[in-house]
Amino acid sequence: MKKELQMRYFAKSLAGGVLLAATLASTTVLAAGTHPTTGEALADDQTFTYSMLDEHSSIDPQIVEDVSGSELVRDLFEGLMNQDADGNLVPGVATGFTTNEAKDVYTFTLRKDARWSDGKRVTAGDFVYAWRRLADPATASPYSWFADIMSLEGVGDVMSGDADPSTLGVSAIDNHTLEVRLTASLPYFALMTTHASTFPSPQWAIEEHGDDWTKVGNIVSNGAYVLTEHIPNERSVRERNTAYWDNDATILDKVVALIINDENTDLTRYLAGELDKGTVPSGQYLRLKAEYPNQATSFPRLCTYYYSFNVSESGQEALKDIRVRQALSYAVDRSVITDKILQAGQTQAFTFTPGATAGFDVPEVDFGVMTQAERNAKAKELLADAGYGADNPLSIDLLYNTSESHKKIAIAISQMWKETLGVTATLANIEWKTFLQVRGKQDFDVARGGWCGDYNEASTFLDLLTTKSGYNDGKYSNAEVDALMAEAKTLSDTKANYTRVEEILATEMPVIPIYHYAGVFMLKENLKGWPYGNVEQNWYSRNLYKIAD
Amino acid sequence: MLNYVIKRVGIAIPTMLILIILSFLLMHAAPGGPFTSDRPLPAQVLANIEAKYGLDQPLWRQMINYVWGVVTQFDFGPSFKYKDRTVNEIIAQGFPITLKYGFLSFIFAIGVGIPLGAIAAIRQNTWIDYLAVGVSIGAQVLPNFVMAPLLVIVFTLWLGWLPGGGWGGGSWEYLIMPVIALSTSYMASIARITRSSMLEVLNTNYIRTAKAKGLPTKTILLRHALKPSLLPVISYLGPAFVGLITGSVVIDIYFSTGGMGYFFVNSAMNRDYSVMMGITILVGFLTIMFSLVIDLLYAWVDPKIRY
Amino acid sequence: MIVANKKKIHQMSDNLSESEFVQGRSLWADARRRFMGNKAATVSLYILVLIVLFSFIGPWFAVWTNEEIDWGAMGSAATQGMPSFATGHFFGTDDLGRDIYSRVIQGTQISLMIGVIGAAIAVVVGTLYGSISGYVGGRTDQIMMRIVDILMAIPFMFVLILMLVVFGRSIGMLFVGIGLLSWLDMSRIVRGQTLSLKNKEFIEAAQATGVSDFKIITRHIVPNLLGVVAVYATLLVPGMILAESFISFLGLGVQEPNTSWGALISEGAGTIRYDTEWQLLFPLAFFVVSLFCFYFIGDGLRDALDPKDR
Repeated sequence: MKKELQMRYFAKSLAGGVLLAATLASTTVLAAGTHPTTGEALADDQTFTYSMLDEHSSIDPQIVEDVSGSELVRDLFEGLMNQDADGNLVPGVATGFTTNEAKDVYTFTLRKDARWSDGKRVTAGDFVYAWRRLADPATASPYSWFADIMSLEGVGDVMSGDADPSTLGVSAIDNHTLEVRLTASLPYFALMTTHASTFPSPQWAIEEHGDDWTKVGNIVSNGAYVLTEHIPNERSVRERNTAYWDNDATILDKVVALIINDENTDLTRYLAGELDKGTVPSGQYLRLKAEYPNQATSFPRLCTYYYSFNVSESGQEALKDIRVRQALSYAVDRSVITDKILQAGQTQAFTFTPGATAGFDVPEVDFGVMTQAERNAKAKELLADAGYGADNPLSIDLLYNTSESHKKIAIAISQMWKETLGVTATLANIEWKTFLQVRGKQDFDVARGGWCGDYNEASTFLDLLTTKSGYNDGKYSNAEVDALMAEAKTLSDTKANYTRVEEILATEMPVIPIYHYAGVFMLKENLKGWPYGNVEQNWYSRNLYKIAD
Repeated sequence: MLNYVIKRVGIAIPTMLILIILSFLLMHAAPGGPFTSDRPLPAQVLANIEAKYGLDQPLWRQMINYVWGVVTQFDFGPSFKYKDRTVNEIIAQGFPITLKYGFLSFIFAIGVGIPLGAIAAIRQNTWIDYLAVGVSIGAQVLPNFVMAPLLVIVFTLWLGWLPGGGWGGGSWEYLIMPVIALSTSYMASIARITRSSMLEVLNTNYIRTAKAKGLPTKTILLRHALKPSLLPVISYLGPAFVGLITGSVVIDIYFSTGGMGYFFVNSAMNRDYSVMMGITILVGFLTIMFSLVIDLLYAWVDPKIRY
Repeated sequence: MIVANKKKIHQMSDNLSESEFVQGRSLWADARRRFMGNKAATVSLYILVLIVLFSFIGPWFAVWTNEEIDWGAMGSAATQGMPSFATGHFFGTDDLGRDIYSRVIQGTQISLMIGVIGAAIAVVVGTLYGSISGYVGGRTDQIMMRIVDILMAIPFMFVLILMLVVFGRSIGMLFVGIGLLSWLDMSRIVRGQTLSLKNKEFIEAAQATGVSDFKIITRHIVPNLLGVVAVYATLLVPGMILAESFISFLGLGVQEPNTSWGALISEGAGTIRYDTEWQLLFPLAFFVVSLFCFYFIGDGLRDALDPKDR
């Protein structure tokens, strides 16, 4: 994982965030049946039921790696700091922190009333244990790299097994004071403690139950909820943790996560009233929006859907010709993809970075301002210039991973190429793991890609097309892009650099940007408090509530 | 008889070994591994994980370790995907679910299929017969992945009678749709087989004799005709059993029942080697045992057969 | 998945082997007469022939090809993609605006091909294996049949899923995979019949005159197995088609823009709620009717060829 990339994430988010370090949200006693701040009448049944596409990988904070598992972990456990509805930093177990001039030593003050679900106090030692556990090779955490980008003292040697985990740069000064020593200056370090892998874990429970400690009955947690039922691949239930320090402010009593593997079934069950939050199957948003205007929800996400050209040695010669790449990109009618296939608030992409990204101005790239007819004409011209046509037809393989919407998009684009340019695209629908392997080995002509920003800043996208990036599947390499991106990391005003990079990309077209994602789901009208403003979509059930109908 | 059983069990052992080796090799030959992801892990992290799961060892050693663990401790290892659980736990949790709705489907298919076929045969060439034959061929060729969503639309969305999925501890309202979707085509096959074999039996000399002797129809049918008519049905139960297990994949996907079927497909896709192996071994074992039971049942029904 | 009335086949093969083989020709003529007398079977045969013809002649009438997109209907299939003669979409369009008529035709070709080739693989492998095992006999027979026993206990649908994952999805893999699923039963039936044929006088005569074993198997044994093989093959075809539809449902079937009944039905079933019933109904109708026909023809053939009822 790219250390630098991750580090910028925190720097940038911090810049936009408001730090509420020392203020402790006062616990309000719940007025009977009304919301303490908004005064809305609350529903009697405070159960929130939502669906997940797949079973979570784990609910062990140091092991969890998937999004849906992290959602559970954020409810079951609480770290030093939390995020609010807009992604800003707010206190969690820690009431605040201090740091030195160099920003490489942090001291967190832990609240004294924080308790585990079995009544034990949450102490600084629990964090020390958890962080050592994260880095310990014996834990084999897939997220141990996170300890690495946290720059904890001695983390490299601990991870490689050369040093004992106790040498890690984290220690408990006393039960309620945690000291962290870093090898680099990280002004945004506190933001990293909102990540699930930094959450505390109960040493006594883990030692008593071993790998079974996360099972219902064994699990001890310090978050607003406790796990009360888990049937793998069917459901998991978490209920109010009465030992949680801010339990009085928690409104939802029970959160049920149902696993529904089929998106159409998901919607059916949502419409039958079994779910409070459900999936919108691809292509169904408009219809649902018309029928349920207050339930179908769409908001822009910081993600880009694109096709990569393989420009490495193994790639087809034709695709190394800029004109061919441009022609293929121009011939894609993006409005068809967004307005006819997806229909859910996605936006056409002519740049790699989504326009919604903070501090990024979408540059006016040539092909972005043309009409589709102009683009098509230009595309034909470019391809003819490159020497491909009826007498020398171009045929390419188009690789995508198995999914209904990837399939639809690939079919549509291959038809656009065929009708506009006479280019034959052979579709290869490949299941996920094979796809990753094939794409990673540059064994393709054109391959689907999708990238979601790790943080709200353009470099999370543009770094991907630098020579050294591990995610640069097409092996595009341009010295100027590399230099511009390297320079941007030292600049306070990065706009000019990013604009220039996007212009280069629009000319050289190493990837075809297709669309920018939208977050879409169905949410019952009486469920309130959803953090639409949180770019990472980190939601906490204790901030949600149901109002009376 | 005992000799026969011993011989059959003796064959089971090499069968299981072949199955284990075949699926082990196939699985490991599949591109990508359990920890391949679109954001590749750093080398050190990957090395730590592979060391933990023993994937850093040569393939033959992994296979020997695996077989050894299975044979000596009945330990199928940890899941690579669902890191909180072992394969034994996944099977212990999912298998009873599959078993419950599978068993009910089996009972339902037999319980409805045999009478339906028998009635059609007795009332041959009446509207009852035509209806039964038409319905059963139709039901036989309607795939369960068409049936399942149709049932959900009708009973959940339109009528609102049944929950659209889930397990609910296996209470009846959660079971109805999975059982119908899974059993219908087997019920239909059983009905067809029963009908045709019953017709054959009814035309045999000894039934004619019984009729001529003036025995009551009921006695003839129940005492003399039914049992021999069931022989072909019994031999069909083997394939039906395998079909039910395969069909459970569809049921688990559409009804989110949490059974083994989805785990299998999912584990093959995720390269969750241990889960995939565990389920394949379980299914293989069940198939072998079930076919043995069927053969013994066959001998019991047909006194002519001696092992 | 493979649903065939095995017991009946076994019975029939017993009956066949008891009957007289010298007058082969009259057996077939007789069978044809009896088959034609079976109304359900003959009607089914005609329907099936029509479906096959349709899959070849149908494209002449198609306005759209199976991969062309009607951009006007795309994304609004429920309102713009209805079956209509005006738009040239006789069976309507799918979500993407592709013509269901052309796709059904194309799917019909693929599904029938999978059914027939899959069955052919099963027949060829099963017949050779079974007849060799039965003819050679002794220890070889023992070992060969034990192998069949072992293979039969393997959950093949699971192995097939693995194979498609490992080797990538392709029609070739489907043929091989599905064909290999089902030669086992065939080989057992054939072996049983070969055993009884082996002691017949004409085989002994051939042996006495020094005809090679291979020739005996191919010239004398296999032709006499044709009856039972034909019946079994007819019943195998629908099983193959059903198996393919299951694989398509799992998303491991044929690659776009090609399609199959299974792929079309599974897509149609997924979107049934969104007012595009034609997406399910047309392919499903072809699928159900064809399978009906195969079953009736199989039953008819069995009755026609089974000498016991004569």
